[in-house]
Amino acid sequence: MHKPADAGRSERDVYKDRSMVLQKEMIARHFERLERAPETKEPVVYTFVPGNLTELVRSFGCLPLLPEINALQSGMRGKSGDYIAEAEKAGHSEDVCTYVKCDIGMLKTGNIGPTGTRLPKPDLLLLSYTGCYTFMKWFELLREEYDCPTVFLQIPYQGDGTLSPEHRKYMEDQLRETLIPALEKVSGRPYDEDRLRRNLALSAQAEDDLVAVLHSAKQKPSPIDAYFGGVYYVGPIFSAFRGTEEGAEYYRVLRQEVEARAAQGLGPITPDGPLEEEKYRLVFEGPPNWTSFRDFWGMFAGEGAVSVASTYTKVGGTYDFGFRHDPEDPLGTLADYCSGCYTNLNLPGRVDMLVKYIEEYQADGFLINSVKSCNSFSAGQLMMLREVEKRTGQPGGFIESDLVDPRYFSAANIKNRVESYLQMIDARRAGKTA
Amino acid sequence: MRCVVGIDLGSTTTKAVILDENKRTLGRGITNSRSNYDLAAAVARSEAFITARFGLIRHKVQGKADERTFALLERAFKLEQMLHQLTRFEEIINEELQARPPKGLEKDFVEAVQTIFTRIREAEEERFKQSDPPARSDFFRDAVGSAYTKVAEEIGDPTGVSFDRLLGLYDKCIITVENEPLDLGFREHIGTALERVPNGECLREGVEFAVATDLDEITTVGTGYGRARLPFPKEQIRSEILCHGLGAHAMFPDTRTVLDIGGQDTKAIQVDHSGIVTSFQMNDRCAAGCGRYLGYIADEMNIGLHELGPIAQKSRHQVKINSTCTVFAGAELRERLSLGEKREDILAGLHRAIILRAMSLLARSGGVDNEFTFTGGVARNPAAVKALRDLVSENYGDVALNISAESIYTGALGAALFAHEVVN
Amino acid sequence: MTRASIIDWARTLFEDLDFGSVRRWLAENPGRKAAGYLPVYIPREIPHACGMLPVGIHGGGDHLEIIKGDAFYQSYICHLPRSVIELAQSGRLDMLSAVLFPSTCDVIRNLSGMWQMLYPDLYVRYVDVPQVLDHEVGTAFWREEMHSILCGLAEVSGHMPSDDDLRQSISIYNQARSEIRALYAMRRDEPWNVPTEELYLLMRAGEVVPVEQFIEMSRAYRKAAVEEPGRMRDNSRVVVNGSFCEQPPLGLIKTIERAGCYIVDDDLLLGNRFLTDDVALDGDPLDALASAFIEHSCKSSVIYECRQDGKKKLLAEKVEQAKADGVIFAAPSFCDPALLDRPMLRKGAEASGIPCIAFKYAENSGQFQQFREQAGTFADSIKLWGGQ
Repeated sequence: MHKPADAGRSERDVYKDRSMVLQKEMIARHFERLERAPETKEPVVYTFVPGNLTELVRSFGCLPLLPEINALQSGMRGKSGDYIAEAEKAGHSEDVCTYVKCDIGMLKTGNIGPTGTRLPKPDLLLLSYTGCYTFMKWFELLREEYDCPTVFLQIPYQGDGTLSPEHRKYMEDQLRETLIPALEKVSGRPYDEDRLRRNLALSAQAEDDLVAVLHSAKQKPSPIDAYFGGVYYVGPIFSAFRGTEEGAEYYRVLRQEVEARAAQGLGPITPDGPLEEEKYRLVFEGPPNWTSFRDFWGMFAGEGAVSVASTYTKVGGTYDFGFRHDPEDPLGTLADYCSGCYTNLNLPGRVDMLVKYIEEYQADGFLINSVKSCNSFSAGQLMMLREVEKRTGQPGGFIESDLVDPRYFSAANIKNRVESYLQMIDARRAGKTA
Repeated sequence: MRCVVGIDLGSTTTKAVILDENKRTLGRGITNSRSNYDLAAAVARSEAFITARFGLIRHKVQGKADERTFALLERAFKLEQMLHQLTRFEEIINEELQARPPKGLEKDFVEAVQTIFTRIREAEEERFKQSDPPARSDFFRDAVGSAYTKVAEEIGDPTGVSFDRLLGLYDKCIITVENEPLDLGFREHIGTALERVPNGECLREGVEFAVATDLDEITTVGTGYGRARLPFPKEQIRSEILCHGLGAHAMFPDTRTVLDIGGQDTKAIQVDHSGIVTSFQMNDRCAAGCGRYLGYIADEMNIGLHELGPIAQKSRHQVKINSTCTVFAGAELRERLSLGEKREDILAGLHRAIILRAMSLLARSGGVDNEFTFTGGVARNPAAVKALRDLVSENYGDVALNISAESIYTGALGAALFAHEVVN
Repeated sequence: MTRASIIDWARTLFEDLDFGSVRRWLAENPGRKAAGYLPVYIPREIPHACGMLPVGIHGGGDHLEIIKGDAFYQSYICHLPRSVIELAQSGRLDMLSAVLFPSTCDVIRNLSGMWQMLYPDLYVRYVDVPQVLDHEVGTAFWREEMHSILCGLAEVSGHMPSDDDLRQSISIYNQARSEIRALYAMRRDEPWNVPTEELYLLMRAGEVVPVEQFIEMSRAYRKAAVEEPGRMRDNSRVVVNGSFCEQPPLGLIKTIERAGCYIVDDDLLLGNRFLTDDVALDGDPLDALASAFIEHSCKSSVIYECRQDGKKKLLAEKVEQAKADGVIFAAPSFCDPALLDRPMLRKGAEASGIPCIAFKYAENSGQFQQFREQAGTFADSIKLWGGQ
């Protein structure tokens, strides 16, 4: 692996493509706007990545803010350990989700966000109850801190693997009866369905481009890393930019870049430069660890292991099985979107997805990163491991870490498991041809 | 003679295995792990080569010398090593006393230290004269530690050269002596060792042969984790899971499931007919149910580690223990004893609880397949083995259970086999 | 019946991990089926109306050795699903024809999926209990859900209930809930006559026998409690909060009481009294059940609190109603609902001047010394330095 040609960079610099630069700028602008919101009086709506209704929120001229993203960013910037300690001092248990504790800790120490700007208070807490029980508690806690209006949007779980018409109607009813009126109140504007439709059309565009990017990994070698790299790719569409012009632009540019790499048969960019040789193609299940993100990536990239598909990149919406936001059915499509977010799918559905990915992306195996904080992902992963192995005949690796609590990432133990797993794949390959 | 070496840097002990070109074991070495990994590996390797050379002696003098004389040579050799290291240890302590002299007591300390080491040397010579001395740990730290403490207790004066301060000296300097390279090799000490053996002449031919033979280490493969770096180049490192699987396969070719309960982690490994790992699960974040846990229990009860199993086996009415948390082991034990539960019943319950944890890990890795090999320090515990047998038979039916006294070398053996593959 | 004989009856049922009472019922009622449910809340009227025996699955407690269950779960997940899987994998739940999983938390939620994969021929239903307690939208949704469960269970049992069947079931469960309220009131007013250990055993028994029998035994117990009064002690009165799902070992309940506390309110087995008032018997029964949930279900950590200051006030309200002196937070390790709620609830309680202590347990906790010390100290401190 070569070092970047620009010798002035430090060793820890990540290679940045134009799309990454665009993304950084988009995010910086957004946080600046958030910082000025108390003066500009732009209403701020806090919400969650799974089930985020950015198109709707923005159609009211409101600014979305995603505490999960703040938490993971704090993790990546080494601040989460202290935040979590603050929250535990304030009485939160060691056993509970570290995203929540990180957010509470950040709040208690001045609410300075990951880009260094002060975060605005919420005008509305949009409790999109999608795929995760803890969201309920998170916003109950924030409501206590901020004493602001809260809207609860219940997204029924796909217990039987499908979205029933009754459940769809329930979600539409809630949007109509509770959420839209609340947004009208907070923004002082009436519901503008046309604007919503325009946003949805922009979303669909971006989704087409994103899916093209995800599908590029079917190629050998894969031009993208669909897990570590994937986190950057889904950033905008999972947060404040789906349904916006800049979001659509970002995905246009990203798609072009990826297609160019694919045409040249190049591998993905990793923190240490472009991947020279693809040795292992893996499907990943589970969220990444954020506090040691680069080191964790390095354990794989260093061995020539690439992620060709991941389930985490579907937590904010599943687009690679055909779903697109549909401007023709604005409320119904929002219901469909929420329902299809990965953690809202039932376990058999998740197993199916993994099996499909392993087969369609021609993977050598799959790896489960089981995070302590997230019961939604983690409860049942051991069973998924065995099920997927049984159905695909491909070996599964299993490691344990956490989202943003640095105490739960043991680099030595994880490296041991990763290396053992990859060597196991090697040995199996050698054994098969012998 | 061409040979390959495998080294396993474990959490408690470091092991080395030497194989010849035909994959036959020439020698094995073991030492306690320490902070200087290079040194731990070197010492283990050195010990392995020593046993290899002793193997050469034995081969050469077969029929010409009796077993007793041979055994005496081995003991003499160990004694020479011990005395050499003792001398160095004493030097280090005296250097420390010179560098940081205890106020007003310099002379007294120097005298006390001299007394301690003289008595230790005497005790060692005495021990050598005994024909069948009691068993003890071969590691320098263990043997010297208890001897030093004993004398310090005897001569310690609370108003001057106190027991505590003497122990403090020991603690400070033992690490230095352990992490210093020292000449404890075969060629350095076999001569003086031979001189200690009456009728040693019958072994001379063998000794000379062993000294003269070149053992060419063609390649080394290392394994072990939990370190920022292992003291080997990257190409020569193999995952300890794979080494363990291959090693177990070499010892028991029909093995399909391997369970290793080590000092602070537990591994459940499934291997195929060629010893290739097909799946594994590890419990490495928590030492509950591992060797260290048993160590704490033994300490709490003031008994030796090796006594735990035999006592547990006396139980007639097992107590149900729900938690094997090492941190609370002491508290849980005391509470149970205060409730009137019998020691052996509590211990029986503890052993079962440990094995239950192992069973979960096995289930996660894919179950228990015939044959089933049990390795690691805990495999030497008869109560643990019985609990395992019972639980395996209850849950997986009739499965052959393999246990080997050499199982602590499984990882190193696997590493050596990988080294052999590299060469061929 | 004497108090002792009733409690013996209850204790035998509580300790029977083979669900003998359910098996006997099935043997005595050929053709009828049993439907299991997990904590916290499932409307038991529905399986009852379908002619089924509703059976509460509350884990294996501290007498079940977990061999297979641990293979399914990492160490940072609570103990309940392990023992539930252990019960299932060891064949102890093979008499159930259906299992219902309410939306208690993500662990129970995902367990429903695991169950689908482990037992593909069984009727398994995940139930999203309404979080939106809005009369129009919430009631319509919940009615629809219950109707769907009803149809599913009716197929399993072979009996589609009529409206009258439903009303009858509702009526019986109204009585059962009324009994439980009466027991709780009795304990609140004269806790020396209703030790929590006994109350708990009685309620656990109620989870595995026909509701009609539970009502009968509850009435008998209340009568016996009056006829055989206990000895009044100078104990501190406490509210226990957090034990609504994975249950504490019986030893823990006993420990709290022996340490000098009267438990005068708690959330143990909360699902059996989730509706705090009688369900209407007129009109459409499913509508009535749905309305009852939306209008008067009790507050808990598993349902969204729609009042802005609801969490802050909750324990002060409970403490006042129960005329208690303090709060003991007792939650299972790793329990998201209980542990995430705790800081809000505790803050509110302490702001109202209510003394609190907190600890964590597992359903199989084996030793209680630390709980005894904490509870004892707490009871003493209340006596010495005040409560209410």
